[in-house]
Amino acid sequence: MYFLKRALFLIPLLLVITFMAFALVRLAPGGPFDNERKPASPEIERNLKAKYHLDEPVWKQYLRYLGDLSHGDLGPSLKYRNHTVNDIIRQGLPVSLTLGLLAFLIAQGIGIPLGFITAVGRGRWPDYAGSFFAILAICIPGFVVGPLLIMFFSIRWQIFPPAQWETPWHAILPSFALGLFFAGRISRLMREGMTQALQEGFIVTARAKGMSETRVLVRHAFRIAVLPVVSYSGPLLADLLTGSFVVENIFNIPGIGVFMVNSSLNRDYTMVVGLVLLYATLLLVMNLLVDISYGLLDARVKYE
Amino acid sequence: MSRNLTPNQRAWERFKRNRPAVFSLIFIAALLVGILIWPMFAPYKPDQMAATQFQPPDGKHWFGTDVHGFDLMTRVMFGARISLMVGLVGATVALVIGVTWGAVAGYLGGRFDSWMMRVVDILYALPAIVFVIVLITVLDTHVKQWIVDQFGSSAGRYTRTAFLFVGLGAVSWLTMARIVRGQVLTLRGRQFVDASRALGANNSRIILHHILPNVLGVIITYVTMTVPAIILYESFLSYLGLGIQPPMASWGSLIAEGASQLNPIRVYWWLLVFPATALVSTLLALNFVGDGLRDAFDPRAG
Repeated sequence: MYFLKRALFLIPLLLVITFMAFALVRLAPGGPFDNERKPASPEIERNLKAKYHLDEPVWKQYLRYLGDLSHGDLGPSLKYRNHTVNDIIRQGLPVSLTLGLLAFLIAQGIGIPLGFITAVGRGRWPDYAGSFFAILAICIPGFVVGPLLIMFFSIRWQIFPPAQWETPWHAILPSFALGLFFAGRISRLMREGMTQALQEGFIVTARAKGMSETRVLVRHAFRIAVLPVVSYSGPLLADLLTGSFVVENIFNIPGIGVFMVNSSLNRDYTMVVGLVLLYATLLLVMNLLVDISYGLLDARVKYE
Repeated sequence: MSRNLTPNQRAWERFKRNRPAVFSLIFIAALLVGILIWPMFAPYKPDQMAATQFQPPDGKHWFGTDVHGFDLMTRVMFGARISLMVGLVGATVALVIGVTWGAVAGYLGGRFDSWMMRVVDILYALPAIVFVIVLITVLDTHVKQWIVDQFGSSAGRYTRTAFLFVGLGAVSWLTMARIVRGQVLTLRGRQFVDASRALGANNSRIILHHILPNVLGVIITYVTMTVPAIILYESFLSYLGLGIQPPMASWGSLIAEGASQLNPIRVYWWLLVFPATALVSTLLALNFVGDGLRDAFDPRAG
């Protein structure tokens, strides 16, 4: 019941978010027609504004936008005027989804075991070695990891292709470039959660009744320990699935991450709002799932 | 422990026994002192051109010279100020707003929790980069002029950096609020909270004395993750050309510059190695200190 209410609440929430994005980009100085190759004459600019209804008051523009949105139309891109926002998203999203999902799996696949090992071996060499790797991963920016991976794996050793998005081989370097950083963060959260879980009373009880150490760690401690990671993974997944500017830029991948940044810089109003709407929908659904899983993993959590 | 010590004194005792943490704290202190007294001994000014650009490290330029022909060591030392300031200011904003918001929401629960977390959701659901770009450009156009009018044109040079602090702070507290709230939610149903309430403690006492000490570990760990994250976010903005502009520098902007010069033909390794080493060693030290504090303040430790 609680979650049904939350799910219904998503709709007004998304309306508020789109309106904020809608107003926010219009608040920024400059407009979508500033960066044209030739500065447009005032008449042309006025015509363009009239054509896209940018001369109307914001609330009226927003109502018009909602009208189009109600049958799934996100409008024309103001920068790439031969394309609609729907077209650009339809082309780029599958690529960004694939890349983001791979990076997410890499982040969890490395992060959770690493965090588990460092917490269980706390204060001994597995902890030092693992923590050092994890911290190193969160200290190195993607635009350093990316070029380094290309330099070694594609140019020096020629194992993987350096750019483009064609075969599965092309996906490996960018997925790691994107995922390693988050593997480090997840490992730190996991280590913290596990350390706390191991101090709980029910762990002492489980050990006292002679349960094997593996079973204590995996069946009992892990459930509670993974909560901070779960909390973090919802937003992370939404973030990764909607593309990464740096990785898409470095590896020349045709995703939508590049559009997220460029459209805000270019004041491509419709593109920004469309992408914000996409990102926001994903994020809110993920957060809802996180809260549901919290209740399932830790019986002490109660929602009312 | 036999002596009568306050919990804070006992925590400090425990912290002092943690070798890597103490060593890291000394490293950070030495770094701060070094940064502060550096201009008195610096052989070059940050905007002083050397004879050539891309000069490898030698006796005259220990870290070599960079793309613009500046002495790289000078830029790394001045970059340290900006990077550390960005990290500290941003993390402080995240800490204060995030913990207050998350603890209150998680503790009060019910309707308050829903509304407070919906506010976080709304802000969270706006992609940070869109928010930061708009915020910085709005401030740059409208507020900069006002600052120049008030404090003279010399203040105008620092506005971009100040706006960067505001922008980074404004987007970094949300995760903290969510994590703290999640932890508080599991804690408030526990028996020691019920016990305290039965003894007549009011809400602020329960939050401050019973709930927060138990989430301190998660908070400290997250702050030590926020500082590097904010420093990295600044470097990302520099990579986009929105961050620190030359001749000013941050470690992030220097790394971004170095990374943009990576190519298979000529390797200007020093452009990447020195700023990256400075950044990574500082962040490692911050993390060790954070871990040491976490262990020291754990209310369940002996």
